Amino acid sequence: MNNRKVYIRSTGNISPQHSLDEDAFFLICEKNTNNFFKSLEPDYSTFIDNKMIRRMSRILKMGVAASMICLRNAGVEDPAAILTATAYGCLEDSSAFLRRMIEFEEKMLSPTAFIQSTHNTVGAQIALLLKCHNYNNTIVHRSFSFENALTESILLLEEGIAPVLVGAVDEITDDRHAILSRFGLYRTHTGNIAGEGAAFFLLDKEPGLSYQAVLKDVQIIYNGENIQEDIAAFLKKNEIVTDQIGLILYSNSGKDKQKERDDGILKTFFRGIPNFPFKTLCGDYPTSSGFALWFAALLLKEQKLPSWMERLSFPLKNIFIHQQDGLHHSFLLISSS
Amino acid sequence: MNGDSFIAGMGIVSAIGKDLPANFKSLCEEKAGIGVMKWLSSSHQDELPVGEVKYSNTELAAFTGLSSSLPRTALLSCLAAREALQDAGWEKHNSLRTGFISANTVGGMDKTEKFFKSFSKNMAAGKLADVVHHECGAVTELVADFLGIQHFVSTVSTACSSSANAIFTGARMIRAGLLDYALVGGADALTRFTLNGFNTLMILDKELCKPFDENRHGLNLGEGAAYLLLASEKALKQLGKNPYARITGYANANDAFHQTASSPGGTGSFLAMKGALEKAGLKPTDINYINLHGTGTQNNDIAESTAIRLLFDPVFPKMSSTKAYTGHTLGASGAVEAVYSVLAIQHGVIFPNLRLKTPMKEFPFQPVTGLLKNQPIQHVLSNSFGFGGNCSSLIFSAA
Repeated sequence: MNNRKVYIRSTGNISPQHSLDEDAFFLICEKNTNNFFKSLEPDYSTFIDNKMIRRMSRILKMGVAASMICLRNAGVEDPAAILTATAYGCLEDSSAFLRRMIEFEEKMLSPTAFIQSTHNTVGAQIALLLKCHNYNNTIVHRSFSFENALTESILLLEEGIAPVLVGAVDEITDDRHAILSRFGLYRTHTGNIAGEGAAFFLLDKEPGLSYQAVLKDVQIIYNGENIQEDIAAFLKKNEIVTDQIGLILYSNSGKDKQKERDDGILKTFFRGIPNFPFKTLCGDYPTSSGFALWFAALLLKEQKLPSWMERLSFPLKNIFIHQQDGLHHSFLLISSS
Repeated sequence: MNGDSFIAGMGIVSAIGKDLPANFKSLCEEKAGIGVMKWLSSSHQDELPVGEVKYSNTELAAFTGLSSSLPRTALLSCLAAREALQDAGWEKHNSLRTGFISANTVGGMDKTEKFFKSFSKNMAAGKLADVVHHECGAVTELVADFLGIQHFVSTVSTACSSSANAIFTGARMIRAGLLDYALVGGADALTRFTLNGFNTLMILDKELCKPFDENRHGLNLGEGAAYLLLASEKALKQLGKNPYARITGYANANDAFHQTASSPGGTGSFLAMKGALEKAGLKPTDINYINLHGTGTQNNDIAESTAIRLLFDPVFPKMSSTKAYTGHTLGASGAVEAVYSVLAIQHGVIFPNLRLKTPMKEFPFQPVTGLLKNQPIQHVLSNSFGFGGNCSSLIFSAA
């Protein structure tokens, strides 16, 4: 997309894995034991004022804390832009307001849940906490939310607006799970389970004192006819051949038809290249590519194998992420330098 | 400037008309569209006036051929988006890249409300067909699929500034060479969810709203959809059409003051307007007209006025809020007002700020109260400020 490099200077990730403790993450892979995969939440008072925490729903706490961790890791307090990606937005508050509105027949409602239900609440709370008056936007387009926020970040960097704080956040709630289960999204026999998480990144056009990885390119494919051809074109555009890719992170949303195609692409097109289904770590949710990007950036920085993964070849240079969800496919290419 | 986006087509549906000519006619005839709700079912029916689009879902669906069971926001969006493409003469099968970037704040919430009536009592109840389009992005895709746009789709949601952000997202992508055409704007239908939400905040006027009036008592909610087809220079040639205007400036800033209230000093509004001027390379005196955010709440109008005084003093451009016509259309408002701003340039007119009797006493300027014709308008500034401190300003310039 661009000629300039986009550096991932730091990350902050709250997920169902030990993503806040990298040593633990390399040793332990948390397995899902419930019917959905909830984040391992930290003691939020380390990152957010106690008075604010009490009013916040889980998505707000996860999102705000992950962004604070990311900024802290880079030593940055005033990002030039804050971009938030969320497919579902603040579900807990939306459901709460909706239920009360119906139950009390539009009377005696309190504003708090409504105020916090708007999709831009996470980004707004981050700005409020930082007293940051800079660029602030929220992208809410299903499984493209995070990818489109990354595209916008890259364009902002090209315009000289740097560094950019960009993150992906979605929460699981009882209502969401009940409804999506009724749609038949989660089937235990295919291992597809609901998940959630908040992953934030500080992107910059300069490497800073240190950086984790380089974001090479991002692309969305809507209603694509031949995904394998689209992948080939994407790699060609980035002047990379499949043998140069050290790891494929793919989504295993587990629908039977999708699995067949995945297997085809992995076994033929990417033959012999190590692959890993990243949703086994974070569960299925539309902005889970945020988790995948965090995972890729960590492997590229640490250059070591988690104890629970099969062999990879080091040095690891390039990782390809293929996120998919029905008609939505997206590709991310991340490199060590 | 190289890389500017040209406005090649426009489409709109609002309380004052179902298409572009009808909206322009109502604006010029000073006919507001706010009144007693007819299609929205709420216990506040007799108490809260709204700017409703004057057609049922069945009628709206018949205009486009979509199913009337879809969310009302999708029906409105589709109607206005199609008009913008037809207005420009855009053809589905062209060799250039078209993106659809739309904004909304509550997606298919009208249908979700219906679903929750049963679901909140029994989690196995409620028709799934009523929640399948709940997400904001799902509404955008219904329209993208109807129009046959698939190169790029995205949805922006930053409360009341949503569609202003969608508009400059498209302009930025054209400038960067990622798209040739960008169909940009937003849509929001009235829902019980938003009506009750705003009502709990006690910022809804029980009478017709009076933006920028000393005796204003709050806003009226409205609904609608509006889109602009932005085109690169190359795409404009393909269309062979004279553009309405160009987008020359845009900026987004955050007030970082409060989740719903604006700072008294109007920090976010000031930074957004200033940023847009800088982006366009213009001075405050270059602006001929400001289409105000002007909701009619105590808080918004003070913050916006304070920011305008700070930026423009001592020479103030003509200004007006058109929300007294349409109500506050939330996720659509930035696009509705972008269309009105471009109409102002195209026809050399300034639309009045209806129902203004007593100008706010603390400021040395006041909005226009009657239609002004034969105005040479080169540059219009359009403001959209929302919850979460999200403030955006756009500048449209004669082509």
